[in-house]
Amino acid sequence: MKRVHLYVLAGLLAAIGLGGFFHKLFVLDFPLKPEERTDVWRVEVQLKFEAAGGPAKASLFVPGRTGDLVIVDQSFVSPGYGIVTEPRPGHGMRATYSIRDARGTQAVYYRAVIQPARVRDEVSRAPTPVLEPPEFEGAQRVAAEGVVGAARQRSSDAATLASLIVKWLKEAPRGGEAAFLLGPQPSARRIAAVAVQLIQFAGIPARVVNGIALAPERRDAQFTHWLEFYADGRWRELYINESHRAPPHQLLAWWRGSTPFAEITGGSELHYNISTSRSYELATRTALNQQRALERQLVEFSLFGLPLQSQALFRTLVVIPVGILLLVVLRNIVGVKTFGTFMPVLIALAFRQTGLVWGIAFFCIVVGLGLAVRFYFERLKLLLVPRLAAVVIVVILIIAMLTVLSFKLGLERGLSIGLFPIVIMTMTIERMTVVWEERGPGEALQQGLGSLVVGTMCYLVMNLRIVEHLFFVFPELLLAVLAVTLLIGRYSGYRLTELYRFRVLAP
Amino acid sequence: MMNWFRTGALLEANGVMGINRRNAEYTLRYNPRDCYPLVDDKTLTKQLAAMAGVAVPELYGVIEIQQQVRGLPQLLAKFQDFVVKPARGSQGDGIIVVTGRSRTLYRTADGSLLNDDDMRFHVSNILSGVYSLGGQTDKALIEYRVNFDPVFEAITYRGVPDVRIIVFLGVPVMAMVRLPTRLSGGKANLHQGAIGTGVDMATGKTLTAVWRTEIVAEHPDTGNPVSGVQIPHWDTLIELAARSYELTGLGYQGIDIVLDRDKGPLILELNARPGLAIQIANQAGLRTRLEIAERELPKLRTVADRVAFARERFAHHGL
Repeated sequence: MKRVHLYVLAGLLAAIGLGGFFHKLFVLDFPLKPEERTDVWRVEVQLKFEAAGGPAKASLFVPGRTGDLVIVDQSFVSPGYGIVTEPRPGHGMRATYSIRDARGTQAVYYRAVIQPARVRDEVSRAPTPVLEPPEFEGAQRVAAEGVVGAARQRSSDAATLASLIVKWLKEAPRGGEAAFLLGPQPSARRIAAVAVQLIQFAGIPARVVNGIALAPERRDAQFTHWLEFYADGRWRELYINESHRAPPHQLLAWWRGSTPFAEITGGSELHYNISTSRSYELATRTALNQQRALERQLVEFSLFGLPLQSQALFRTLVVIPVGILLLVVLRNIVGVKTFGTFMPVLIALAFRQTGLVWGIAFFCIVVGLGLAVRFYFERLKLLLVPRLAAVVIVVILIIAMLTVLSFKLGLERGLSIGLFPIVIMTMTIERMTVVWEERGPGEALQQGLGSLVVGTMCYLVMNLRIVEHLFFVFPELLLAVLAVTLLIGRYSGYRLTELYRFRVLAP
Repeated sequence: MMNWFRTGALLEANGVMGINRRNAEYTLRYNPRDCYPLVDDKTLTKQLAAMAGVAVPELYGVIEIQQQVRGLPQLLAKFQDFVVKPARGSQGDGIIVVTGRSRTLYRTADGSLLNDDDMRFHVSNILSGVYSLGGQTDKALIEYRVNFDPVFEAITYRGVPDVRIIVFLGVPVMAMVRLPTRLSGGKANLHQGAIGTGVDMATGKTLTAVWRTEIVAEHPDTGNPVSGVQIPHWDTLIELAARSYELTGLGYQGIDIVLDRDKGPLILELNARPGLAIQIANQAGLRTRLEIAERELPKLRTVADRVAFARERFAHHGL
């Protein structure tokens, strides 16, 4: 009766899920394993603005081939807009989206697939640049002459001269000539701009380069700036931030000069957001040779068809059911006690950002300090809701303090503690205090530890790259997970902990 | 691993019930959702019992809103001893037993002293749902403190001992006596360290006792033997249990009864999800008995039938 119904339902779900999975795997050749080395990147720019009504024109720079990287595919997604691209010599390629009549919030997209070039583009095709010496006036001119003069004395060629100027600007002592040229609290962009002016002043053609660092699953990528100077018949890069040269930071040069990235006429409130992601083989192949119509449609209507920002979100979402399934097994088949039903999964999600060791350390510190404060609040005899609110505030303060502290100690991981589920932590602290008082510290610590262990296990499973890959590429597998969960819902055998609990009854 | 399978098979053979089976095959199946509030809210249970003419500890007062908390000392002034408990509490959490007064202070069962502020704070906590199932807002009950029957005096450390009987579709299937210890802080809860002794359903005499996970013969604090004690009024107790099914409509429930020196057996509370430790106390599996009861049920028409059946079939035959 009910059981049969359940088995049929679970069987159907599993059959649909696994059927879809095997079809995609064997017929459509979707990859089972994530590629070990993926060098293909997807970059997406979202441009948003408020159209005033009437004609509107938004323009932005788009990247071109530079050195190590090559754009293999690009697309402009903008319903109803006309698109024109035109080169701006010395700056880059500018794309303009235009429309006759637009009203309300508008969003246009630019997407590019980027690969490392097989052959490095050594020889510049650009004509020899014309030097445009900057016009320094008065005191600035004196300072510029001072810096350039000193650099010229200590350098042997254009390359050493340029890097010396950049070095001095970076280390500019307060009150010095370099500091005077930079102005108060210079940004990396300001340093690049002034360095370019000085290098030009020294008679070497130079320009600011604006680009982004390609990083896996970055949702809000920021432009970074470096510079180029022209010597021996080609442009050479000079980085302000030395770490940019390291391999994980592949830099994509986007445009040159100090022109703004995007501009709008006929609208206002222009915002842009750039996301980058490391692409899987699948995306590569469809982007590079889209020959099979069915496959293309399947991809279009799968998670791969979503904008990059949502893709990054779904990569996280699809692994949550796996963590939850593990939680169900641990609670109903093993019999582990935890605080709150899904708290360990949320903790595991936070661990994905902080890393395991740091995550556990931060969790213990926050809960430990929170408990101490909560025990103190107990003496003030506060009512429940204000007390919970007070604990939330304290938890946020603790997190803020820890973040600042760990950042000052040079631990970059600390920056991600803010992602801990604050309200869930507060409820954990509250429940733990009640259990502590009613059942004693032993029980409270046992349940707290149980939650942490379950959270850790969920994290370890959810963080497997193969798990993320499988469920993102084959989301239909979630149906199979659902089927297993339903079956466990009718599991009426013993829990593992009960074998121990009732052991006296099994002589 | 093999060992686990062996233990599992042995438990299965002895008819021991695990929590998954209790939930899937008994509470989910025989306890209609709409009957839960009757037992989850102790004020409703009391009303129900009063209507059916079943004795319960007298209710002195109910605090339902924060405003009433201010007047708490005036309400309590009339009573020397009383119990404060949450209406929707679980597992004995949030209960304060006041045994007497020391000038303006309240003396509790575990020996500590509370002032009016402490008492107000505790009641406020109860109202905001600290102890309630699922954290909903709650009511605080102030009721008669049971003067328990002297029969358990020698084997109780403070607190109130009670008798828990599991009732399946009106058939009392298993019973135990819960005896507070120093470890349990005067509470009659096995989780918290109270002793549970099995009960012979036929005679109402206590059998072996379990403390935490070990079998004990004496009370750890008083040193007196806990086995072979006759529970007074056993006939009434087992009949109360058999009638409780009609009272609540819950097919699978636990009924907690206390024995008052003057007033006799009183129903303390009913439980829609009674714990499984009773099996350890009785050294017997619940499932065997539940299956027998289910099979024979069509023949049992009256309360008297069910009582007689339970006394005959679930008698203790010696180990």
